[in-house]
Amino acid sequence: MFRGAVHLCAGRGHLGRRLSTLRGGSALGKVEGTGGHHGSGVPPVSSCVTFRTWDPGRAGQTVGQLGEGGWAGKVSEIKKTLQSVLPGGAWNSLYDTSHLPPEQSDVVIVGGGVLGLSVAYWLKRLEKQRGAIRVLVVEQDHTYSQASTGLSVGGIRQQFSLPENIQLSLFSVNFLRNINDYLAVVDDPPLDLQFNPSGYLLLASEEGAAILESNVKVQRQEGAKVCLMSPEQLRNKFPWINTEGVALASYGLEGEGWFDPWCLLQGLRRKVQAMGVHFCHGEVTRFVSSSNRMETTSGEEITLKRIHEVHVKMDHSVEYQPVECAIVINAAGAWSGRVAELAGIGKGPPGTLQGTKLPVEPRKRYVYVWHCPQGPGLESPLVADTSGVYFRRDGLGNNYLGGCSPTEEEEPDPENLEVDHDFFQNKVWPRLAWRIPAFESLKVRSAWAGYYDYNTFDQNGVVGPHPLVANMYFATGFSGHGLQQAPAVGRAVAEMVLEGRFQTINLNAFLFSRFFLGEKVQEHNIF
Amino acid sequence: MAAPRASLNLVAPVWNGVTKSIRDLSSSVAPKGSQKKGKRLLQFLADRFYDVEALREYLLQKQVSKVHQENRSFTYIKERYGPYVAGAYFVLKQGGAVKFQGQEWIQSSGRRPSSLELLSFQAVPVESVDASDCAINYEGLDNLLALKELQSLSLQRCPHVDDWCLSRLYQLADSLQELSLAGCPRVSERGLACLHHLQNLRRLDISDLPAVSNPGLTQILMEEMLPNCEVLGADWAQGLKSRPEKQSQDTASPTPA
Ligand SMILES: Cc1cc2nc3c(=O)[nH]c(=O)nc-3n(C[C@H](O)[C@H](O)[C@H](O)COP(=O)(O)OP(=O)(O)OC[C@H]3O[C@@H](n4cnc5c(N)ncnc54)[C@H](O)[C@@H]3O)c2cc1C
Repeated sequence: MFRGAVHLCAGRGHLGRRLSTLRGGSALGKVEGTGGHHGSGVPPVSSCVTFRTWDPGRAGQTVGQLGEGGWAGKVSEIKKTLQSVLPGGAWNSLYDTSHLPPEQSDVVIVGGGVLGLSVAYWLKRLEKQRGAIRVLVVEQDHTYSQASTGLSVGGIRQQFSLPENIQLSLFSVNFLRNINDYLAVVDDPPLDLQFNPSGYLLLASEEGAAILESNVKVQRQEGAKVCLMSPEQLRNKFPWINTEGVALASYGLEGEGWFDPWCLLQGLRRKVQAMGVHFCHGEVTRFVSSSNRMETTSGEEITLKRIHEVHVKMDHSVEYQPVECAIVINAAGAWSGRVAELAGIGKGPPGTLQGTKLPVEPRKRYVYVWHCPQGPGLESPLVADTSGVYFRRDGLGNNYLGGCSPTEEEEPDPENLEVDHDFFQNKVWPRLAWRIPAFESLKVRSAWAGYYDYNTFDQNGVVGPHPLVANMYFATGFSGHGLQQAPAVGRAVAEMVLEGRFQTINLNAFLFSRFFLGEKVQEHNIF
Repeated sequence: MAAPRASLNLVAPVWNGVTKSIRDLSSSVAPKGSQKKGKRLLQFLADRFYDVEALREYLLQKQVSKVHQENRSFTYIKERYGPYVAGAYFVLKQGGAVKFQGQEWIQSSGRRPSSLELLSFQAVPVESVDASDCAINYEGLDNLLALKELQSLSLQRCPHVDDWCLSRLYQLADSLQELSLAGCPRVSERGLACLHHLQNLRRLDISDLPAVSNPGLTQILMEEMLPNCEVLGADWAQGLKSRPEKQSQDTASPTPA
């Protein structure tokens, strides 16, 4: 049956395409938004093709029957009913084929996490004409069980050392503040981002104080509201901190805190779906590309590649569906290194551009949740200690969560997402209790682990096209701050795709070529 | 509306069923055989759908931009006449009231204060602002944050005041003594937590905040956070009387010593 469905779909691509002008336009376009529909007059062929072949003609007539007066309201009711019945709604059909990708798409985005969705959003938003670009998002796991987005702690800050990172976060905080303007969908309730504007408090030791101070200077220049605090001030404001060994602290006054990452993810998903982006549930397993041998002026031979087709392996099936495309966006998070390899990136003699890998790999990070009746109160910000340990309040009931990045030698095996509780006992708790004496008695309630999309080269994002595989664009490698920067990065990538250059924020420093040239753009504030 | 839904539910898995039922429906509307006419109707509907959708989206946008419009800063007035006049002008325009130091309250209702009248206060700081029921939002707040001598601020029932706004009030920390947020639909405990910056606050009204999930507990935590401030909130004693078990449970665990 499944096989049949795949083949059937394959024959349908250009039709869906021909009608794509209707997409997003009619209310019924929504129906099509998850699949694509036949032109009127093409009879439905098989019993296993369900709503994909919804005929707008007949559907329209059903609506027509409802009569004249006030039918705009009725229309929206019908629309809702249809949506509730359709994939993504509560109802699920056994023969639902809507998860199959279209045969062609202008842009294929690998990874439906927050970065992939943000790119999709900005592509649709910045397109010159409604419905001009067909965008497909391929996500292998619609439960997002391992995706970093849902497993993050949802923090946003401007306390970075690089101007680019500060600008990205400032843009994003503005986006998040106006999220219900950006991501408003007619008839859907507003999003509740649950933003806690409690700020970040970074502590620095004697050695770190000078760097902290110069970082704050840069942050202020960029427009972030950050202040410096002496240990004395710290004791007055947050008496629960032991200031021993703290020489200086920086504290974010505005636009810093934490929010619900799921809300952002779902909000983006809902919006891009309403904008006509296609979703499909499957794994990208292969790229079909053509190569072109060329010689540089210096006589060096290089191979330029172009991806023509993306193979999407459907879930629980050996079938794959080829999708013809013009542009591929690699937003596969912690797995983007692997996806890059599929496109042949890094497969060449070492030291050459061809042999330069995308240095992004999964790194396991633990988050522990504990209860401490005597712990810091409502005023408590997210505190990042000199030792690298961080924590924040979680709700009102004296619950806290936090963790610590392991050293390079301690890096746990990223094979699975099991939590190492000894790590808390031996590495996190002692430092935590030293800094916040109240945490000497606490009770760990739960814990989880997630993957950082870790850029081993310089812990910063990778944005923009690959120099050789010229139609693969990256939006990855943000090593623990990708969630908060996603709204801005999505825009940057979309600008690069549509205009060929960064317009809002200049991210030339984050281009792939730095790996080959060995130019690190080091971010000091990673924890 | 129940009918089409039911029929969709029933027939969706079997395509033939759908076509049949839809044909049935359509045949009752379009005269038999007039396939062409039907198509035209369809086109018309599709166009119309498009318009309705676009129109509604446009209206939604319009609503949003109206609020933004109302919250513009009066840069010109500010540059020319200083922050006090600009702030007062903004509040009055929004329908609120202001009080300059040593003066009477000025209200926008009734006699509209002439700009001239306001101008005489150029050098007089604004002491109190009552912006109850105003459409003031994050951007509009700029006008108030420039009033560095502001002692009393009422933002009661302001529909657009949210947690993001509260996170900016620290800018008034040196002067603000009284703050009322009563009845603000979008203020939650997350924003209230930022008020710890306001160490001069003597009186804070956080009653009737529907977005606060746990009003009793929030009030206690606020009192702890602002020990010198009287916090008016959900009527605690009353809550105790009406639902004794539940309330006492709330207090038992989370109150730090
Ligand atoms: C413990 C922890 C705490 C964090 N805290 C913060 C924080 O406070 N603030 C912050 O900004 N960031 C934080 N982050 C980082 C942030 O979560 C990530 O940077 C961000 O979510 C990356 O988004 P993404 O969309 O690239 O990745 P993901 O959300 O992982 O999405 C990638 C998706 O790609 C899919 N995929 C992969 N390969 C394929 C394929 N071949 N075919 C199809 N689909 C594929 C995956 O299933 C996945 O859903 C944290 C991360 C962790 C682990």
